[in-house]
This record gives sequence, structure tokens and C-alpha cells, in this order.
Amino acid sequence: MKRINRRDFLKLTGLGSIGVVLSSALPGVAQAHGDDEFVFIQLSDSHWGFEGAPNPDAKGTLQKAVRSVNSLEAQPDFLVFTGDLTHTTDNPLERRRRMAEFKQIVSELKVKNVRFMPGEHDASLDNGKAFQEFFGATHYSFDHKGVHFIALDNVSDPRALIGEEQLTWLAADLKQRKPEDPIVVFTHRPLFDLAPQWDWATRDGAKAVELLMPYKNVTVFYGHIHQEHHHMTGHIAHHAAKGLMFALPAPGSQPNRTPVPWDPAAPYKGLGFRSVDADLDEVRYEITEYPVIKA
Amino acid sequence: MRLSKGSVRMAVAMTVLLVGFIATYVAAQAAPRAKVIKMSSKRFEYAPANLRLKKGEPVVLQLTTKDVVMGFNLPEFNVRADIVPDQVAQVSFVPDKAGTFTFICDVFCGEGHERMQGTITVVD
Repeated sequence: MKRINRRDFLKLTGLGSIGVVLSSALPGVAQAHGDDEFVFIQLSDSHWGFEGAPNPDAKGTLQKAVRSVNSLEAQPDFLVFTGDLTHTTDNPLERRRRMAEFKQIVSELKVKNVRFMPGEHDASLDNGKAFQEFFGATHYSFDHKGVHFIALDNVSDPRALIGEEQLTWLAADLKQRKPEDPIVVFTHRPLFDLAPQWDWATRDGAKAVELLMPYKNVTVFYGHIHQEHHHMTGHIAHHAAKGLMFALPAPGSQPNRTPVPWDPAAPYKGLGFRSVDADLDEVRYEITEYPVIKA
Repeated sequence: MRLSKGSVRMAVAMTVLLVGFIATYVAAQAAPRAKVIKMSSKRFEYAPANLRLKKGEPVVLQLTTKDVVMGFNLPEFNVRADIVPDQVAQVSFVPDKAGTFTFICDVFCGEGHERMQGTITVVD
């Protein structure tokens, strides 16, 4: 099989002039990465502990996703789980049991550089206490090959607030960046009002966006809505990821945000994960969506 | 009789105040009185959960809970409040469009949080 790199592929397809390239998994296109490129994987909303008709394979879907990630020809530099690792429970002991099981399952990932973030199902009932016991800080930043990554916690406060303390931290973190630095933000909830009637919003998300706005190269990857979705606030792109337990309907498309029914004719439909190919040379990100299991 | 400048200023000020008071009083009498509705909440339901309102008629919702902090969010009318146990949260609005609108709890309150919601139907 001929290996072509990502930039060659973009030239071939004539997609080289847009900031974010969205693609489906393409068999036969292996990716080779130079020093100015790297790949990370975003997984989201595994809701470990959920049981119900929307996913008859609730106890096996996460393991299948892990195997699919491990089978990728080009392994990522790191992976990030953007929240709702576990399904909520009022029982603190059960919450910890689910987190322990989740952690055991994802320990099977070949790539050991894994970043975790909480969703409201993990963190809103105890302000992130159990999450921190298992996975560490709920908000943090790190640098990887020239990109500055910021994980924002908009779930540990059950009111869907980032909060003044974290916003002050964000402002201080950003102050150290140059206006043109590539910045990637991970959140669980959308930072903008996607569908407030479904609680798909962050009450003070606009304050975070305002802080990010002076920076020219900012991209946000988030979860929460269990489907692929793309939105711009000014020059900042926001990309929602699919979930790994059940799909949800399009924002505001029906009165209630009830899960999309499981389709026996197309099991795992609407579930998946994505790889993000970061090109530092041109500061852009190619998103490739993968199903939980290969078709 | 000549009035001093101070007396004139005082007279003008009193007149302005009087006119303002009368205008406010008349406006208050003319405005429709707000309909007050008491709504209680507990994990994971509101009572009543479905309200029927008349378009253009001002409404005041008095919201209470006895268990944990809840939210009341009616985005369509830009109305929200935290409902704190043993306190009365109050929201006021004028339903100025007809239709059925969903309100939700927007403070994550437990296992059934995501189904905690209700509707307001506004009729002409």
C-alpha cells in the first residue's frame, strides 16, 4: 500500500485551503507524520455503568472502542477523554466502583499518555471529589510539540459554571501565550449556548470565549452532546465528539433530549471516536471520525 | 410678593415629584396585576409540571424545594433561578408569545436530573 502523508492527501483532494478538514476513516490512506505534525485521539461520553435499551452492549462498547484505537495503524501521541467517563449514580461507592472499572478497561490502551476530564455525570454530585481521586485535577494545561492544550472544567460546579477562580486561572495561563500560539481547549459542555433548553450550554462559557478571543489560533474540542457537531464563535471553532454509549438527537430537534434508539440493523450507529491530526506548519487540524467497530 | 430663588427651586422640585408620583400611580393601576403561581420541586420533578398561561399576562413564579439545590431555567423567556432549600426563589416575566415551552432543572441534582423538566403553554 502506498503511504501518503496528510499534506499530500489534502493536495490530492483539493482541501488544502481550509482551517479544519473533516473526513471519514479512509481505508488505504496511511498517515505519515513529520516533526510539524502529530495525532491525538478524542474519546468521549463512555457513560460506564449505564444500562438500558439505547445500548444492549453497554458492558462491551468501551472495550470495543479501546480495541479499535489499538488497531489504528498510526498510533496517536496521546488520547483525551472529554468527560462522562461514567454514568451518574447517587451512590458514592458505586461511583468509585464505576471509575475503577473504567480505569481498568482503558488501561488496555496501547498508548499510555492518556488525559482525562470530568463530565457532569462524573463530577457534579460531589464537586469532582471522586474524579480527582482516580484521575487527578479537573482542569489543567500542558504543552505538546508546540501546541498549548487547556482542559477546562465546566461540570464540577453542578450549576454548569466554570467559576471565577478557574476563569482567573485561565486568564493567567493565557497571559503567557503569544497571540499567534496554537491553542487547543478541551471541555465537556459546549462553551456556547448550543441548546439551553436541553442544558447544552455553560452558564459562564461566554467569559471563557472572551478570554480566548484575542488569540488567533484557538480550537475547542468537547463532548456532552453525543454527536459530531461543528460551530464557530468568531474565529474559534468548536467541535463536539460522538459518544461511546448512546447517541443523542440533533440539538433542539425534539422536545426531550432522549437517546436515539438502538438500531439492531446498524448496531453502534452514531457511536465512535475521532483522531485529530495537528499540523503545526499551517496551524490546522484534520479530524477523522471512526466508528466503534469497523464496518 | 417676590419669591426667593430658593423657594422657586423648591416649588419646581415638589411639582416634579408630585407629577412623577401621580404618573407612577396611574401606570401601576393601569398595568395588569401579575399572576402569582407557587411551584414546588423535589428530586426529580416540579409540581405543577405543566402550566397554562395567557399571552401578555404577567406572571410571578414562586419556587421552593425541600431537598437539594435545584434550578429553574426557561430559556425561551430568558428566565432562570437557583432554588435553594427552604427559600423562595421568585422569577417574573411576561409570556409574550404563544406556544409550548420547556423549562428544565439546570443544576445537576442526581440520577434523575436529566428528566426533571416541565412545560409552559402560552395561549392567546
